[in-house]
Amino acid sequence: MKSIRTALSGWVEERVDLSGVKEFIQHKSVPKNRHSVWYYFGGVTLFLFIVQVISGILLLFYYRPGADTAFESIRFLMTKVQFGWLMRSVHSWSANLMVLAAAVHMFSVYLTKAYRKPREVTWVSGMLLFFLSLAFGFSGYLLPWNELAFFATKVGTDIAGSVPLVGEPIMQLLRGGPDVGGATLSRFFGFHVALFPAIFTVLLTIHLLLVQKQGMSSPIGAAEHGEEKSMPFFPNFVLRDLLLWLIVLNILAILAVFFPWELGVKADPFAPAPAGILPEWYFLFMFQILKLLPAHIWFIEGEVFGILFFGVAGLLWVLVPFWDRASQRGQNNRLITYLGIFVIVFILFFTILGWVM
Amino acid sequence: MADPAPSEGRRRTLKTLLGTGATALGAAIVYPIVAYLKPPEVTGEQVTSVLVGKVEDFAPGSGTLFRFGNKPGILLRFPNGSFKAFTATCTHLDCTVQYREDMGLIWCACHNGKYDLNGKNIEGPPPRPLDPFEVVVKGDEVHVTQT
Ligand code: HEM
Ligand code: FES
Repeated sequence: MKSIRTALSGWVEERVDLSGVKEFIQHKSVPKNRHSVWYYFGGVTLFLFIVQVISGILLLFYYRPGADTAFESIRFLMTKVQFGWLMRSVHSWSANLMVLAAAVHMFSVYLTKAYRKPREVTWVSGMLLFFLSLAFGFSGYLLPWNELAFFATKVGTDIAGSVPLVGEPIMQLLRGGPDVGGATLSRFFGFHVALFPAIFTVLLTIHLLLVQKQGMSSPIGAAEHGEEKSMPFFPNFVLRDLLLWLIVLNILAILAVFFPWELGVKADPFAPAPAGILPEWYFLFMFQILKLLPAHIWFIEGEVFGILFFGVAGLLWVLVPFWDRASQRGQNNRLITYLGIFVIVFILFFTILGWVM
Repeated sequence: MADPAPSEGRRRTLKTLLGTGATALGAAIVYPIVAYLKPPEVTGEQVTSVLVGKVEDFAPGSGTLFRFGNKPGILLRFPNGSFKAFTATCTHLDCTVQYREDMGLIWCACHNGKYDLNGKNIEGPPPRPLDPFEVVVKGDEVHVTQT
């Protein structure tokens, strides 16, 4: 066994020089401090993305896009295909866990200010990946062509359409016409299984290369607390990572098996929106706020106000490495911490409100 | 013999040519893609009037959705037997509204928007009233036409 391995690696090494990579892995280390747990959430997100790619490709073997075939193909998948229900349930649950893991990862990076120089580009690429995950979720949600998804998509694309100036063309681009219909489904399908995976892969490569090149950041002031310890990346950190992936896989399996994802009722463009309509939980706080905004604020429509507000807030969030000067200088910027905690509480508050109302 | 170093002028000319060529190439690729993504107008015959049904299909004090071309409309019949019709597309974010007998209102489930039976937005986020249709009763047939 051993000799086969040596022979094989010798064969490769005679053709490609891998000593640099080996060297790198042997010397890479991960800082050890009281915030170390958060280093694992990026890895969990990556793992769940891999699950999405595999389960998504498997779903593609039975899924048939189109207003007359999508719902039927998923029903067939769930009732006739062996383990079809499981595949779909895994894809749906893992999508939700992936968004959750990405959100945890993002907030932990924010609160430890790991975005400060030299990691600005890592942060921005991470934010783009996060937005893309939400876009994956939004586009995937429509694919089964059920009632809830149909109206969620109407509302979501109409919100895009209410952006001043560029909104209307964007809405047409998303819908493939003036209304949500078969054309929208075709487009969302294309986004979901081709365009987004391609962009995601490129961004992910950049993100991971940067993380590898720059190593993990230590929190500000870790040195003063005498916390400048570290652990080897290989095998210590990698094994911990793998163990956590195994745990996440188990959580995923339990959720997917015991809480199989429902299919609901087929979308009918000429039926009224059903009561109790909700978007996916990660859009719930925005949904709830749109519900509470009055029809007009000053001279603009409430929804336009809401979308401008979220747009500006989101942009500031993405650009935080460029305006948080104090953290750049290595000072502990309390303001940023409070702002982050405020944002988390704000989102949690409106999410819970959306659930109970 | 080595070529003489190209002069500044030649270099500039080449740069301009290359730049123009690259821009033209870019435009020749981007323009068709942008145009391709813009969905074509579907030129079906423009619907201006539809036959919704027979008068007796609609109980007094009821609201029914119907198709007006590719958009939904809502037909109300009042206890006194008269009709009114509106587009059923909520003016807030595009959901399809419904008649709520218990509230005596037109209601949108998406964000709890409410309209009175004249289609006027009275509560919740909808910013505008529902567009009205004209209802014409010919014999026992109920027709709805664009106003
Ligand atoms: C290469 C990657 C992917 C492929 C090929 C893929 C493929 C598919 C297909 C064919 C469906 C329709 C089947 C169904 O609705 O059950 C679907 C649904 C869905 N996808 Fe993906 N997907 C991918 C990645 C992702 C990612 C990264 C996310 C989220 C972060 C995601 C979220 C969803 C969601 C929420 C649904 C709706 C599930 C449902 O209600 O049935 N997908 N995907
Ligand atoms: S879409 Fe009707 S109230 Fe929002």
